[in-house]
Amino acid sequence: MLKGIHNGAKLFVVDPRRTSSAQWAEKWLGLHVGTDIALANAVAREILVAGLENRSFIENATSGFTEFRQHVETYTLEYAEKLCGVPAESIRELAHAYARADRAQICWTLGITEHHNAVDNVLALINLSLLTGHVGCYGSGVNPLRGQNNVQGGGDMGALPDRLPGFQHVENDALRAKFEKAWGTTIPPKKGWHLSGMFDAMERGELKGLYVIGENPANSESDQHRTMKLLKSLDILVVQDMLMSKTAEMADVVFPAAAGWCESEGTVTNSERRVQRVRRALPPPKGVRDDIEILCDLARRMGRDLGNPTSEELWNELRNLSPVHAGMSYARLEAMQGLQWPCYDENHPGEQYLHGRLWARPIVGPRAPFSCATQVPPVDALNQDFPLRLTTGRRLDSYNTGVQTSRYSSPLRHGETIDLSPEDGQKYGVHEGETVRVVSRRGAVKAPVRFDPGLRPGLAFMTLHFPDQVATNELTIDAVDPKSGTSEFKATAVRIEKVGDTVAVAD
Amino acid sequence: MSTQNAPDLTTPVPRGPLPILPPPRPARTVEITIDGKVVAVPEGSTLLQAARSVGIDTPTLCFLENLTPVNVCRICVVEVVGSRTLVPACSRTVEPGMVVKTDSERVRLSRRLVLELLASSVDVSTAPQFQEYMRRYDAKPERFGTPAPPAPTGERDASHPGHHHAPEPSHAAAVAQSVKIDNDLYVRDYGKCILCYKCVEACGTDAQNTFAIAVAGRGFDARISTEYNVPLTDSACVYCGNCIGVCPTGALMFRSEYEMRQAGTWDESKQTKTDTICPYCGVGCTLTLQVQDEKIVKVTSPLDQQVTHGHLCIKGRFGWEWVNQK
Repeated sequence: MLKGIHNGAKLFVVDPRRTSSAQWAEKWLGLHVGTDIALANAVAREILVAGLENRSFIENATSGFTEFRQHVETYTLEYAEKLCGVPAESIRELAHAYARADRAQICWTLGITEHHNAVDNVLALINLSLLTGHVGCYGSGVNPLRGQNNVQGGGDMGALPDRLPGFQHVENDALRAKFEKAWGTTIPPKKGWHLSGMFDAMERGELKGLYVIGENPANSESDQHRTMKLLKSLDILVVQDMLMSKTAEMADVVFPAAAGWCESEGTVTNSERRVQRVRRALPPPKGVRDDIEILCDLARRMGRDLGNPTSEELWNELRNLSPVHAGMSYARLEAMQGLQWPCYDENHPGEQYLHGRLWARPIVGPRAPFSCATQVPPVDALNQDFPLRLTTGRRLDSYNTGVQTSRYSSPLRHGETIDLSPEDGQKYGVHEGETVRVVSRRGAVKAPVRFDPGLRPGLAFMTLHFPDQVATNELTIDAVDPKSGTSEFKATAVRIEKVGDTVAVAD
Repeated sequence: MSTQNAPDLTTPVPRGPLPILPPPRPARTVEITIDGKVVAVPEGSTLLQAARSVGIDTPTLCFLENLTPVNVCRICVVEVVGSRTLVPACSRTVEPGMVVKTDSERVRLSRRLVLELLASSVDVSTAPQFQEYMRRYDAKPERFGTPAPPAPTGERDASHPGHHHAPEPSHAAAVAQSVKIDNDLYVRDYGKCILCYKCVEACGTDAQNTFAIAVAGRGFDARISTEYNVPLTDSACVYCGNCIGVCPTGALMFRSEYEMRQAGTWDESKQTKTDTICPYCGVGCTLTLQVQDEKIVKVTSPLDQQVTHGHLCIKGRFGWEWVNQK
C-alpha cells in the first residue's frame, strides 16, 4: 500500500482509531464504531448527487439500482456527519476521490466484519464498487485483507457450513453427487452450522461432541463465560493442535499435530487467492504427527481405510473435484511461486482479479445486485453505566490468542492494557500504568491503563493476545451476525473502575 | 435490509473472460558494446543488467534487486569510453552506442582500492561475498597497516560532524567498536559496517517506511544510527528485520546466529534451507527456514518472491521460537 502511495496513489483511512496507516492517508475519517453503513451510504448518495456514478456499468451489469438510489436518499452528508462523527466535507472528499479515480480499491479487515451486521457492512461497500464500476478490472476491486495464512484456504477447501471444496454448494444435488461418487459416501444434503451456530446448538443440547482442529475457541470466542460453560457441557471435546492451547487443556482427547507450515507438506491460500506450497523443514517432535496421518488413522479406527495419502495425492484428488483448482499441479505451484484461483486447466495462468465477467457484453452470468443496507447501531448500547466504547483488535507483533507469538521475545510487547485517550484518562482520573477494572454487561477484567493519542475521547482499545493475563473476551458480546456467524467483537460497552493498583507500563 | 435480486447461491457462477492485465510497457532495444561484445538490452536497463545478461559478473555491495540504487560503494564501477570518471554500473542506464569496459586495468585498480580501504577499516570476517571479491581483485588491505583497536564504547556514536582527528600513523583507521545488544531479536555490530546504506533503505521507503535508522556523522565518522543514538528499544524500530535481510557483511545479525557464532556452534555446512509460507497473516510471504540440528536458526525471504520481494515483518522473521521449544 505504501508503495502505491509513493507512486502517487491516494489513501483514505476510515477507522475509529488513528492507526499508523492513517498517518499515511490523504484523509483519516475517524468514524464512531459501528457507523460504517451510514458512511458508505452517504458516500453513495454523494456520488449520485454529483453525477459521478458509472451509468453504463450500472445499466449493463447490476440490478436493483432504482431501489438503492431511493434507499440512500436519506443519507445526506449532514446526516452521516451526525451519525458517524466525521465532517461532512471529509465524506464528500472521499466520495469524489473514489468515484473519480481511474482505479480504486476498498480494502477492509475485521473492523467491517466483526459486527452483528457484518454482511450488511460488506454489502454497503460492494454497493460503492458497483456504483462506480471499480470492480472486475485491473487495479480495482473490493478486497478483504485476510488475517491468517490459510483462512482463505480453509474456505476454499470447504471448511464452510454450506460449501464443498472449491465453493461448490452442498445443496446443489449435482455437485453433491459428484463428491459422493468420488468419496463413496453420502453427504448431508443441507448446510451445517457456522461457528456461532455450533455454540447455539450446544446450548440447545443438539451438539454434544466437538472436534476442534487448530482453533482456540476457549480464548477466541466472544462472551467467554458462555463459551466456557458450553464447552464444559459437551459429552466429548477432541482437540488437534500444534500447541497446548487453552481449549486443548480442556479436551478429553488431544492429538498433538505437526506444525503445518514447517513440519509438514501441503498448501495454503493467501489473501490474493494465491495457493502456495508449505514445506517440511524439520521433523515434528516425538509423538507429534502430521494432520493427514492423524485423520487417516482416526478414519481407520472408525472403520474406513483411507490409505496413507501424501499431501500431493490429496491435492490431486481436490484438483479432480474442484474446477477452480484443476490447473494447479504441485509442479506448477512450485514453478510459478503459487497460482491464484480460478485456474481451470494446466495452461490457465490463474486470475489476478475476479468478476471480470461483469464487464463482458453481454454480461456473463447473473447481474450483481445492489443491496439496501440500513444503518443500525451496535447491539451493546452505550449509556451512563457503560459510557465507553471498547473495540478489540491486534497488535503488530502478536497473533490472535498468542498461542504462538507469546513464545518469542518481542521488544514491542507490553502485555495487555486498556488503551484510552489521554482526555478520558483525565476525565476518569486515572493515570498510565494504573490498574483499573474494565466492566461490561457480561464480565469484568483488570488491566493497566495506557494512553493512546490515536484514540478519540469515548473510545477504548484492547487486544486478545494475552488471555492468561487479561481475558478480554469475558467482556465482548456474542451478538452474532445471522448471515456470517461473526460476533460483534468490535463494539462493547464498558466502564472503568479504579482499583488502586499501579504497575509499570512500558510504552 | 431487503435482499432483492438475491442471486441463487447454489448455482456456480459461470466462467468469465480472463483478466485483462496491462501489457508490459514496450521498450526499444538499445545496443551497446561490453568488453568487446555487442549487447542488445531494453531501453532503461542499467549497465549492471546489461553485463549480467551476457554473463559478466560485476561485483556489487550496496546494490540489491529490491532496493533503489544509492551508488555509494563504488565497487560496481565500470569504464565507459568517453566518460571522464568511472561510472556505477548499478544505476547508470544504457545509451545507444556506449562502449563499456568492465574489467580494464583502471576498473580493477579502482575496485581493488575500494575493497582495500573498506577491509582495512572494517571487520569483514562474516562477509563471504566480500572476501571472494578480495581474492578476485587481489586486495591487500594490510598495506594500510594493522587496524586500530576498537574505539571505546560510545565514542564513535558521539563524534560530531566537522571534528577531524589527526591521523595515527601506526595503525589503519578502523570503525571497530563494541557490539550493540539491546534486544532479544537482533544485534548490531557496527565494527562490520561498510556503510552501504542498504539497511537505511530497507527501513525507509524501499520497504518498511519506518525510518528508525539513518546515517549520522560525516566522513570517517559516518555511522548508522537511530535517532539521537537511542537504543533500538527506544527508537521507531518495529523489528521487521528487513535491515538484517539486506546487510551484506553480517553487521546486523539475528541474536540466535550471533550467539551460536560466539559459542562456536554456528555451522552452515550442517544447515538446510527450506522455502515455506509464513504461519501468520494472510499476505503469504515466503520464508526460507535455515535449520541446523532440527532447530530453526534463522529466517530469510527470497528477493524474487513476488508477494513481498524478500521483506518480512517481526512475526515472520522472528516468531518461530515456539517450534524450537520441544
